[in-house]
Amino acid sequence: MTEGDDVDLGGLLRVEGGQALATLTRFLGDLQLAEDALHDAVVVALERWPIEGVPRNPAGWLTVTGRNKARDRLRREGLRAAKEEAAVRHLDDGDVGPEQSDDVLRLMFTCCHPALAPEARVALALRTLGGLRTDEIARAFLVPEATMAQRIVRAKKKIAVAKIPYRVPPDHELPARLPAVLAVVYAIFTEGYRATSGSTLVRVELCDEAIRLARLLTDLLPDEPEVTGLLALLLLTDARRSTRVDAQGDLVLLADQDRLAWSAPMIAEGAGLVEVALRRSAGNPGVYALQAAIAACHATSPSHDATDWAEIDRLYRHLEVRHPSPVVRLNRAVAVAEVDGPSAALAVVDQLEGLDRYHLWHATRADFLVRLDRRDEAGDAFRAALACQPSEPERRFLQRRLDTLLNVPRSTPYVGGSTTVDVVDPP
Amino acid sequence: MPQYAALIYGEDADWTDEAHKDQYEEYNTFGQAAAAAGVIRGGAGLQPTSTATTIEVKGGLGGEVVTTDGPFAETTEVLGGFYLIEAADLDEAIAWAAQIPGAWHGKVEVRPVMEM
Repeated sequence: MTEGDDVDLGGLLRVEGGQALATLTRFLGDLQLAEDALHDAVVVALERWPIEGVPRNPAGWLTVTGRNKARDRLRREGLRAAKEEAAVRHLDDGDVGPEQSDDVLRLMFTCCHPALAPEARVALALRTLGGLRTDEIARAFLVPEATMAQRIVRAKKKIAVAKIPYRVPPDHELPARLPAVLAVVYAIFTEGYRATSGSTLVRVELCDEAIRLARLLTDLLPDEPEVTGLLALLLLTDARRSTRVDAQGDLVLLADQDRLAWSAPMIAEGAGLVEVALRRSAGNPGVYALQAAIAACHATSPSHDATDWAEIDRLYRHLEVRHPSPVVRLNRAVAVAEVDGPSAALAVVDQLEGLDRYHLWHATRADFLVRLDRRDEAGDAFRAALACQPSEPERRFLQRRLDTLLNVPRSTPYVGGSTTVDVVDPP
Repeated sequence: MPQYAALIYGEDADWTDEAHKDQYEEYNTFGQAAAAAGVIRGGAGLQPTSTATTIEVKGGLGGEVVTTDGPFAETTEVLGGFYLIEAADLDEAIAWAAQIPGAWHGKVEVRPVMEM
């Protein structure tokens, strides 16, 4: 047992809960039943863990408690269908068995089933495996909360009614089923790395969970370049994790990060995996291999100034062909600013549509406007970014930049930092 | 075991017509394979929508019966028939539905059947 006081119980319950939910789903054969059981178990955990301490195996504890709660619930309700009676008998048979890494993978393939709408797959997996709240998922995907809630409810209902199976698909179906799973893993990582709400910029457990899932996938599909590319991308991005915020929890720009503090082993592993992924892509790398190659450019450069921005621009152009998206173009604009200057970059950004609720679009515009000394417009753009409800550290960062901008006398040249976006959103 | 309706949508045609002989044979092939596997629990091919009558009862049971010539909705692809498939789960149902000729001549919609 560890002391409960200094543990981030909410974060712990999210990640451990995802594992427990996966095992409970296997055991109970029904996602909704498993969710109800986990919910009951979490209620007990929130009562007991702060007093008794966190158990050594939180997922195991949640699974066993959830199993018992499911049994109670089924007995109490009494009128459930025959298959659930079978589940109760099964529950009495004894042990839940160890949580299996496969359970999470099974649940991933269920949540990523092609019979579900693409946007519902990611949302569902984030809720079940990432343990995110609906409002957080809505924020991450730039849609209203009610829309996201309806999306998740519909998807869960379809899984139950149409009987979407809970299993890892056979080999011949894997290529078709994989992209959705990769998108889900990446979305979990992105959510953890650039948490959309709350006071912590990096939700470490989510990043670790995403990397864990990516490793699991590389074990399952060692010859698939995009799986390798995804793991590389996550490692290369996560290698910079500790330098992304300072001791006060404030955001540190890529240009100002202490490169010596970046994780050399993770960068080495990531850069090695990029080589493998590109080699196996036979001249036509996928979106993850390309993004990993971009991340490798950043991670292996000795300094910000020495970064090969022309190569990054080239890779982003390649990525735009594979995945035409305004967010990719927004990221390319940052490279354009370094290669061709802020004026050319602003032109790229101003052409983008559909990002007016995305704080990084406004922040990037603001950055270019600052560098062009168009201060009034820059101020408006910072205020627009702040109005998009960014995470707390991002809010402080944007506020600080806005304050600096307003306080520098007009006669003094203002040298602003860069708001360099260093995470690409999920394709 | 769950059952799924595989609803076959496509051209509005008379399948007994000689012009559709090829598809007729394709359906025979599918029917034999599916019957051998014991997954078909029912089904029917439908006459073209030119033979359809749509009925609506105004104001509840016993109310005015309004009959209209033609299908419920005028669409280019129409419901031409269906199978009732018994399968372990959606993946299995999809695998069978993908062998119905309507899946390449038109489209097949797979819908879980309500458990009564």
